[in-house]
Amino acid sequence: MEAIITKKERDLKTEEMVVQMGPQHPSTHGVLRLEVTTEGEVVTDVKPIIGYLHRCFEKHCEQMTNYQQVIPYVDRMDYVAAMAMEWSYVLGMERMLGIQVPERVEYIRVIMAELQRIASHIIAIGTYGLDLGAFTPFLYLFRDRELILDIFERTCGARLLYNYFWIGGLSHDIPPEFVDKVREFVKQFKKTIVEVNNLLSYNEIFIKRTANVGILPADVAINYATSGPVLRGSGVKWDLRRDDPYSIYDRFDWEVQVGKGEMGTVGDCWDRYMVRCREMEQSLKIIEQAVEQIPPGDVQSAIPKRIRPNPGEIYVRTEAPRGELGFYIVSDGTNSPYRVKGRSSCFVNLSVLPEISRGYMIADLIAILGSIDIVLGEIDR
Amino acid sequence: MEKFLVDIFGSEITAYIIIAIIPLIFIVPYALFAVWLERKVSAHMQDRLGPMYTGGWHGWAQTIADIIKLLQKEDIVPAAADKKLHLLAPYIVFIGSYAAFAAIPFSSEYIGSHLNLGIFYIIAVSSLVVVGLLMAGWSSNNKWSLFGAMRSAAQIVSYEIPTALSLLAVVMIAGTLNLQEINKMQSGWFWNWFIFSKFPFVFIAFLIYFVASLAEVNRTPFDIPEAESELVAGYHTEYTGMKFAMFFLAEYANMFAVSAIASAVFLGGWNSPFGDFMSGPIWGVFWFVAKGMFFIFVQMWLRWTLPRTRVDQLMYVSWKVLTPFAFFCIFAIGIWLML
Amino acid sequence: MNAIQILEKLKSKFPDAILDAKVEGVIEPYAKIKPELIKEVCQFMRDDEELNFDYLMCLSGMDYGKGVLGVVYNLNSIKHKHKFTLKVEVASDAPNVPSIESIWKTANWHEREAYDMFGIIFIDHPDLRRMLLPDDWEGHPLRKDYQVQEFYHGMKVPY
Repeated sequence: MEAIITKKERDLKTEEMVVQMGPQHPSTHGVLRLEVTTEGEVVTDVKPIIGYLHRCFEKHCEQMTNYQQVIPYVDRMDYVAAMAMEWSYVLGMERMLGIQVPERVEYIRVIMAELQRIASHIIAIGTYGLDLGAFTPFLYLFRDRELILDIFERTCGARLLYNYFWIGGLSHDIPPEFVDKVREFVKQFKKTIVEVNNLLSYNEIFIKRTANVGILPADVAINYATSGPVLRGSGVKWDLRRDDPYSIYDRFDWEVQVGKGEMGTVGDCWDRYMVRCREMEQSLKIIEQAVEQIPPGDVQSAIPKRIRPNPGEIYVRTEAPRGELGFYIVSDGTNSPYRVKGRSSCFVNLSVLPEISRGYMIADLIAILGSIDIVLGEIDR
Repeated sequence: MEKFLVDIFGSEITAYIIIAIIPLIFIVPYALFAVWLERKVSAHMQDRLGPMYTGGWHGWAQTIADIIKLLQKEDIVPAAADKKLHLLAPYIVFIGSYAAFAAIPFSSEYIGSHLNLGIFYIIAVSSLVVVGLLMAGWSSNNKWSLFGAMRSAAQIVSYEIPTALSLLAVVMIAGTLNLQEINKMQSGWFWNWFIFSKFPFVFIAFLIYFVASLAEVNRTPFDIPEAESELVAGYHTEYTGMKFAMFFLAEYANMFAVSAIASAVFLGGWNSPFGDFMSGPIWGVFWFVAKGMFFIFVQMWLRWTLPRTRVDQLMYVSWKVLTPFAFFCIFAIGIWLML
Repeated sequence: MNAIQILEKLKSKFPDAILDAKVEGVIEPYAKIKPELIKEVCQFMRDDEELNFDYLMCLSGMDYGKGVLGVVYNLNSIKHKHKFTLKVEVASDAPNVPSIESIWKTANWHEREAYDMFGIIFIDHPDLRRMLLPDDWEGHPLRKDYQVQEFYHGMKVPY
């Protein structure tokens, strides 16, 4: 009798199962592998394993013959927000060399960076809907992303990897129809935001899936040095455009958006998602103001002929769409950088994933990963 | 119809084989059409055009081309799979959904089998699908497939309860389980349909049935067994070629089956909505298919609009929302009938 | 607080920890810390009310050449909005640096990356594995004297 019972008990024992999510999985947004330990549908542990897209960015930088050559490589870090990537590096070099760029360049850079932020958030929001099974908002948003890419293409000839921001200036001036096209886009996109909010943000099922899921408390968010919408979603009012000012953001009227826990707890997936939605509105606001004030001038007047900074170092950071993008650049006085370290926002944001996904279900893990919004190009560099 | 066929062929067996084949003749072109329709519907909802080239007019031949492609594909069976089950699973799934067509009245003159227990039979036989899905998930030897199979087994079994209960509401009014009889009771104008009788209880039952049927056929917002962003493709991750096509065929056949039951039980089936206008056995087929297709369109509409729920939320909806409400409807209708 | 005050505060608290410092005439004011004491210094930097460096912006490995490796810590305070840089230097034949993972969790992945790229060993790190490169890769690529391996699983590496 006893033997039977023990046998039964042994048979009833549950075991944890390890599943490999990725590197070829539809929801990992690239070649990311998550080693997920599950107990039935419940996730007990997640180990992100990265490096599948490593392209030796930092080693490449050291091998360059001059500082400008780094810019195309920087583009390829976060390939859906290349303008923002360029700006950070270029800004660092300008500070190092002490270059003051012309007003016109600043305005164009702000417009470009904010357009890029919208384009990048479009991907974040669209694919987030996709992760949760809502296909349609994704395509509505991509329709408008095309308009942004068209503007970029008209300006610099490229749609994804621009090499547009140069140290001290820009590669091309804006075309004559630029201002009209941007106005047209702003007008169109205001409607799209409303449409997406109706279709996705305030959808009952969507809220059920995202509210109170993957809660990231503010102190944990800071301790993990998360940044961008992930940090702001946890209610920390921290935006480098405001708190570590660069360029001319202080001239415009806009506000830092933070998660308020409207649908659940502060710092849940819905908050992170909604911060992005609201940031797009703020970006539109900045663009609207900036596009009316572009001063005349030459965009290439401040470009130095030869770039050879004094020995020294700089850590520069800007607010890229996904958070704080930093470059730690060390110069040894020669024509090429001695060391460039890319402090990738996604890299740091992803490291918080195991912390916030324990105890949720597999479906929630997808929702949490999507709300962090990673681009593997930037993580693996 | 049986009599007519027996008269022509002089043999009952031939006649019944023909009767049995008729739904198949319907399902295959219907599935081709429905896949094409799904792509067009989704495309137009999303500001796209969808397939436009194959076959000329609006890419009508796209799914035919797809089927030809699928037929040519290599049939891959994973090395560590349980081969017998792996082979058998798609056919069991299809049998489960195809067998349901036996008791579906396409017209006043055509029904596969005059079963007195029509509804009961359909509910019972469509449960066979679960076996096939579990087999597919288990035999693939893939953890994602297993997840999908487990989810779908839990989901389909749970949702059969609200489905059956909501159908029971109508059965109580009709006093029969025979679908042909239920249809005959609803003849005349559309206000004779059961959906409008004992208002609003049957209407609530209809809504419960529709939501539950979405879950039974794994459509969004309840498509979690094959949630492509979570489970890659769920139970059919490891299937290729024609076996994959069988799953697809079964899914679309199932979609029509649940839509057909909805229209037969609640919306008058093959009856014309306008009394004698356009009624008769041939028009009956038209009305029946049209009502079915309408529901299929609604299913597509929902799929391309809504996000997906989570497993526990899905169970919550079934056990804590739909089932109590279905009981309530039955109870209310029972009292109404007694008074 | 500005960089001079921060350095003063550090000096008064850890008189023998600071090997070298430069706060004027450079873009990034920094202090060079004794490797053994970096953890204590970091703990103090984070917990002190006035300093309150709660945000580790970046942690970079460095190879200064001539057999000297280093780690650079870029710190930031969200509350006070000031920044400061700490540096440590170790010999490349014994590159041991105490891990600060317990102070700022974000250091976990940064330290793994520095280990991966420079071979710096972070003592007491909970999970010191390679970050970006395969586990069986040979050498640490961002070292200035790095020689790429000939073959990796039978594939020729240099081309």
